[in-house]
Amino acid sequence: MEKRQFRDYTISLYHQGFLDDQFTELKKLQDECSPDFVAEVVSLFFEDCEKLISNMARALDQTGNVDYKLVGSSVHQLKGSSSSVGAKRVKGLCVTLKECCDSQNYEGCVRCLQQVDIEYKSLKGKLQDLFNLEQQIVQAGGRIPQVDI
Amino acid sequence: MSLLHVLGFGVKIGNFFWMLCCWFVSWFVDGGIEDKSSLLAGSVGDPEKTKMTTMKKKNKMWFWNRISSSGLKIPSFSYQFPGSVKFNKTFWRNVVIGWIVFWVLVSIWTLWYFSSHAMEKRKETLASMCDERARMLQDQFNVSMNHIQAMSILISTFHHGKFPSAIDQRTFSEYTDRTSFERPLTSGVAYAVRVLHSEREEFERQQGWTIRRMDSHEQNPAHKDDYDPEALEPSPVQEEYAPVIFAQDTVSHVVSLDMLSGKEDRENVLRARSSGKGVLTAPFPLIKTNRLGVILTFAVYKRDLPSNATPKERIEATNGYLGGVFDIESLVENLLHQLASKQTILVNVYDTTNSSQPISMYGSNVSADGLERVSPLIFGDPFRNHEMRCRFKQKPPWPVLPMMISLGMLVIALLIAHIIHATANRIIKVQEDCDKMELLKKKAEAADVAKSQFLATVSHEIRTPMNGVLGMLHMLMDTELDVTQLDYVRTAQASGKALVSLINEVLDQAKIESGKLELEEVRFDLRGILDDVLSLFSAKSQQKGVELAVYISDRVPEMLIGDPGRFRQILTNLMGNSIKFTEKGHIFVTVNLVEELLESIDGETASSSESTLSGLLVADRQKSWKNFKAFSSSNGHRSFASSPPDINLIVSVEDTGVGIPLEAQSRIFTPFMQVGPSISRTHGGTGIGLSISKCLAGLMKGEIGFSSTPKVGSTFTFTAVFSNGMQPTERKSDPQNNNQPIFSEFRGMKAVVVDHRPARAQVSWYHFQRLGIRVEVVSCVEQALRYMKTGTGTVNMILIEQEIWNREADAFIKKLHKDPLVQSPKLVLLAKSVDSSIDALSTGIDPPIVIVKPLRASMLAATLQRGLGIGNRETPQHKGPPALILRNLLHGRKILIVDDNNVNLRVAAGALKKYGADVVCSESGIKAISLLKPPHEFDACFMDIQMPEMDGFEATRKIRDMEEEMNKKIKNGEALIVENGNKSSWHLPVLAMTADVIQATHEECLKCGMDGYVSKPFEAEQLYREVSRFFNSPSDTES
Repeated sequence: MEKRQFRDYTISLYHQGFLDDQFTELKKLQDECSPDFVAEVVSLFFEDCEKLISNMARALDQTGNVDYKLVGSSVHQLKGSSSSVGAKRVKGLCVTLKECCDSQNYEGCVRCLQQVDIEYKSLKGKLQDLFNLEQQIVQAGGRIPQVDI
Repeated sequence: MSLLHVLGFGVKIGNFFWMLCCWFVSWFVDGGIEDKSSLLAGSVGDPEKTKMTTMKKKNKMWFWNRISSSGLKIPSFSYQFPGSVKFNKTFWRNVVIGWIVFWVLVSIWTLWYFSSHAMEKRKETLASMCDERARMLQDQFNVSMNHIQAMSILISTFHHGKFPSAIDQRTFSEYTDRTSFERPLTSGVAYAVRVLHSEREEFERQQGWTIRRMDSHEQNPAHKDDYDPEALEPSPVQEEYAPVIFAQDTVSHVVSLDMLSGKEDRENVLRARSSGKGVLTAPFPLIKTNRLGVILTFAVYKRDLPSNATPKERIEATNGYLGGVFDIESLVENLLHQLASKQTILVNVYDTTNSSQPISMYGSNVSADGLERVSPLIFGDPFRNHEMRCRFKQKPPWPVLPMMISLGMLVIALLIAHIIHATANRIIKVQEDCDKMELLKKKAEAADVAKSQFLATVSHEIRTPMNGVLGMLHMLMDTELDVTQLDYVRTAQASGKALVSLINEVLDQAKIESGKLELEEVRFDLRGILDDVLSLFSAKSQQKGVELAVYISDRVPEMLIGDPGRFRQILTNLMGNSIKFTEKGHIFVTVNLVEELLESIDGETASSSESTLSGLLVADRQKSWKNFKAFSSSNGHRSFASSPPDINLIVSVEDTGVGIPLEAQSRIFTPFMQVGPSISRTHGGTGIGLSISKCLAGLMKGEIGFSSTPKVGSTFTFTAVFSNGMQPTERKSDPQNNNQPIFSEFRGMKAVVVDHRPARAQVSWYHFQRLGIRVEVVSCVEQALRYMKTGTGTVNMILIEQEIWNREADAFIKKLHKDPLVQSPKLVLLAKSVDSSIDALSTGIDPPIVIVKPLRASMLAATLQRGLGIGNRETPQHKGPPALILRNLLHGRKILIVDDNNVNLRVAAGALKKYGADVVCSESGIKAISLLKPPHEFDACFMDIQMPEMDGFEATRKIRDMEEEMNKKIKNGEALIVENGNKSSWHLPVLAMTADVIQATHEECLKCGMDGYVSKPFEAEQLYREVSRFFNSPSDTES
C-alpha cells in the first residue's frame, strides 16, 4: 500500500516537474555505505537555499543600489546546487532569475526570487513527505521500491 | 512615371544649382569679406572698430559657412549615411517658407519699382509735352501781343503824330486785315481814342456819331446775331470816354462803343494806361461769336514815355487804347494742330487770377486719370495768371513687362522652393528609410539572437530526454547480452548519439552562418565512422529493401586527423537524403583518394546498368564532380595542391532514388530549400542538411557537387582534406593492431565470394578483407567450386549473394554433395534484409550463416563468430562498459574535490565514491592549495571553476606553480624523491568541473594548466574519457 503510494508520489513529483533525472542519479549514489546520502544532500541543499535566498533578499532590499553582482553569484550557486540535486523547477527559476539579474531588472529579480522561495519551500514539503513515506516503508520492514520514470 | 522622372531630374538639377550657388556665394563672400576686413584692419587703428568688423565677419562667415556647408551637405546625403546629423524637417519647411516670402516680396517690389519708374517717365513726358505746348502758346501769344504793341505805336505815330491823321477807319481795317497773318491769335483789333467829356461834343461832331455805351449787349448776350449797334444807347455823361474809332472788319461792330462803359474793358483800359503794358481781360464770351476770348489792351501815349514814368504821367499822356481780341479756343486749337501727338494729351487752359475759381479758357472737362501737369503761362500781364493743365487722354497702359518680370521671378523662386522642398523631403524620406532600415536591422539582429537562444533552448530540451535514452542504453549494455542484442543496443545508441549530435549540428548551422564554426583536429578511424553511419541507416534500408553498401579504397589510411563529427555529419546528411528518396535499388558510399580517382578517370567507362551495385542505372558519378575546382583547373593531373601529409578524400553517395527535378537542382544547396512543399510532408526534414554539408565541406577545404537524373537517381560527391593520422612507425604494418583486436581470430582465413556484380563483389571483398580474411571473387558458383578444387589452401567459407542463392542454391548444394571437399566450407549468405531470408533450405547441409546487409565490420565479425563458433564471450568484457572500467580505474584512488557549493560537492563525492574512489572534499581553492602542497597523496583533483575568493583557474595556477617549484627542487636534489618511485616529477591531474561546456572555457582550462574538464553533473562516459587519460589501466599500476 505504502509502496504504491510512494511510487505514485514519486512519479507525480517527476511529472509535475519538481524533480528531474539528476534526482534519480542521486538516488543511485545511495547505497549501503551511505544510507542517508540523498537525505543528507537534500537537506544540505535546503540549507543552501535558505541561506542564498535570504542573501539575495537582503541584497534586493537595498532599493537604489542593489548589488546585482552579489545576487548573480548567489543565484549561480543556487542554480548549481539545484541542478546537482535535480530540483528542476528551482533550477528553471534560477535561470530566469539569472537573466533578470544580468539585465538588472529589479522587478523581475524580486518576482523571481519570490517564486524561487515558494518553489523551494513546496519542494521541501514534498520531499519531506517523500522521505516520510520512505521512512514508513522502511519501518514496516519493506524495501524502497525502484521507481522508473 | 515620366513625371516622376522629370521631377527627379529637376531635383538633381536643383541640387546642382543650389550647390553651385552656395559654393559661389560662399567663395565670393569669403573672399570679399577677407579683403575688406584685412583692409579695415590694416588701415584703421581703432581696436574697437576692428573688433567689430571681425565680429561681423565672423557672423557673416558663420552664416555663409552654415549655408554653404548645408548646401554642400545636401547632395552627400544621398550617398553616405549621415552619422549623427539629423535633418530637421521644420527647419527646412521654414527655409522654404522664408524663401517663398522673400521672393514674393522681391517680386512685388520689382513690380512696384518698374511701374513707378514707368509712371515717372510718363509724368516726365507729360511735363515736357505740356511745357512745350505752354511755351509755344506763350510765344505765339507774345508774338501777337508784340504786334499789337507795334500797331499801337503805329497808331500813335500815324494817327496822333500826324495832323491830319494818316489813318482813318478804312485804312486801319485794310491794314489790319492785311497784317492779320502776323497775329494769328487775334480775331480782331480795334482802337479806341481817349475822349474827355469836354471834348465829347467836338469829337462826336468830327466823327459824325455819338459815343455809345456797351452795357446793354453784355446784359443780353443771347441776341448776338441780331446785334444792332444802332440800338445801343448813347453813352451817358462820363468824365472821359474811350470810343472805338478804328476796328478791323471782323470786329467793326464795336466802332463808336465806349470802352470805358464795359466793365471788363474799362478795367482793362484803366490798367493798361497806368501800367503802359499790355493787359488782359478775364476770358469772357465774345460778342457775336460767343466764344471765349480775352482782350488785350495797350495804351497809346502821346509821347514816348520813359520806362520809369509814374502811372499818373502815363494817364496824362494817354491818347487812346488799342485792343486785340484773342480767341483763346481757336488759338489753342491751332496751336495743337501744329503739334504731333495731340491726341495723346488733353490740354486745358485756365485763368487763375482768382485762384479759388479758375476760369476755363480752353478744353473740355473730361475727367482723365489723376496724372496732371500744370504749366504756367505768362502772357505778359502780371495782374493775370494763366496756366495750362495737361493730362493724358488714355489711361496708363498695364505695366505688362514688370508684371511679367516679377511673375517670372516668382515662378523661378517657386520652382527653386519646390526643388528645395522636394530635396528636403527626399532627404528626410531617405533618412526615415535609413532609420527604418536601422530599426529593421536591429530587429533582425534581435531575431537572430532570439533564434539562437531558441535553438539553444530547444536543443537543450531535447538533449535532456535523449540523455535518458542513451543512459538507459548504456545501462543495458552493462548487462549480459548476446552479440546480436549488443549489436542492436549499439545501433540504438549510435542512433541516439547521432540524434544528439544532429541537434548539435542544428545549433552549428547558426555557428556556420556566423562563421564561428571551428573544426576539430582529432585522430579518427574513417572506416569506423562509416560503419557507424551505416548502422544508423541499416534498419531503414532493410525495411525498405534497399541495399546499403560502403566501399573504402585501401589506399585511404586507417587513421586520419580531422573532424570526424563533421565528416560524419556530411555523410549522415547525404545518406539520409538518399535513403529518404530511394525505394528500391541501392545506396552506395565510396571513399577514395582523389589521386586514385584522377588516375583512373580516363579508364573508367560510362556506367552500364550491370556494373552498378544493384543492377539499376545510376546517375553519372563523374558529372557530380565535374564542377570541382580541384578537378577542372587542369586536366586532372595532380593540379590540386596536395602537400604530402594531406589526404584528399573524395566521397560519393550514389543512390537509385527518384532523383532531383531539373528545375530544383540549382537551389539544392540553399538553406531550408526543398524540392517542393510536398517533400517535407512526405519525407520530413528541414532542408537544412545540404547547406550545412556544403559549408562543412568548404570548411574541410573540399567541395560538394551532385549529378542527378530524375527517375534514375542521384550521386552526391564531396571532397575533404584531412591529414594522415598514421604514425610513420606503425604505417601499414598491421592494420588490425590497435583498433580492431577482436577481428584477430579471422586472420588467415580464406573465403570465396560468389557474385556476378563486380561492384557488389568489391564491397564484400572490402569488408571481409578488413577482418583479415583473404577473399577471392568469382562470378558464379561453378567457378567457386573450380577454385576450391584447384586453389591452394583450404577455403573456410563461401560467400554467396542472396540473388545467386535464390537462383541456384539447390544446384549448388547438390553439387557440393556430389563432390564433397576435404573440408566443407561454411556457407555464408549475404542477404539484403532479414525477412527475405533463406527459403527452401535443403537438408543435409548446415544452414548457411545469414549476414544481413549492410555489411560492416563489427556486425560481420559478430555474425561470423557466432556462425563459425569461434567467437568468445569474453570479448565484449575485455573492453567493458565505461562504468566497470571506471570502477577499475578509480578504485582506491585518492581524489580531492574542490567546490564551494556544498550540494555539488556532496553529489560529486558521492558519484566518485560509487566508483570506489577515496574522496576528500574541500570548499575553497585556498584550502585545496594547502592540501595539495607537494608532497601529497592525491591522485587527482576535480576543481570547480566558479568559486568565490579564488576561482578554479587561479587555484590551478597556484598548484602548478607549487609543483614547478617542487620539481625544480627534485632536480637539484634538494627535496626527497617521494617513495612512490614513479613520481619523479609532480603533476597532479586537475580536472575542471563546470556546468557550461563552451569551447572557450575548455581552452581557458587548458591554458591555466588544467588537464581537462568534466561537466556537472557527472556523466559516466565523459568521466571515463577524461580519467582514463591520466590513470593507466588498473592492472598496470595496482596489480
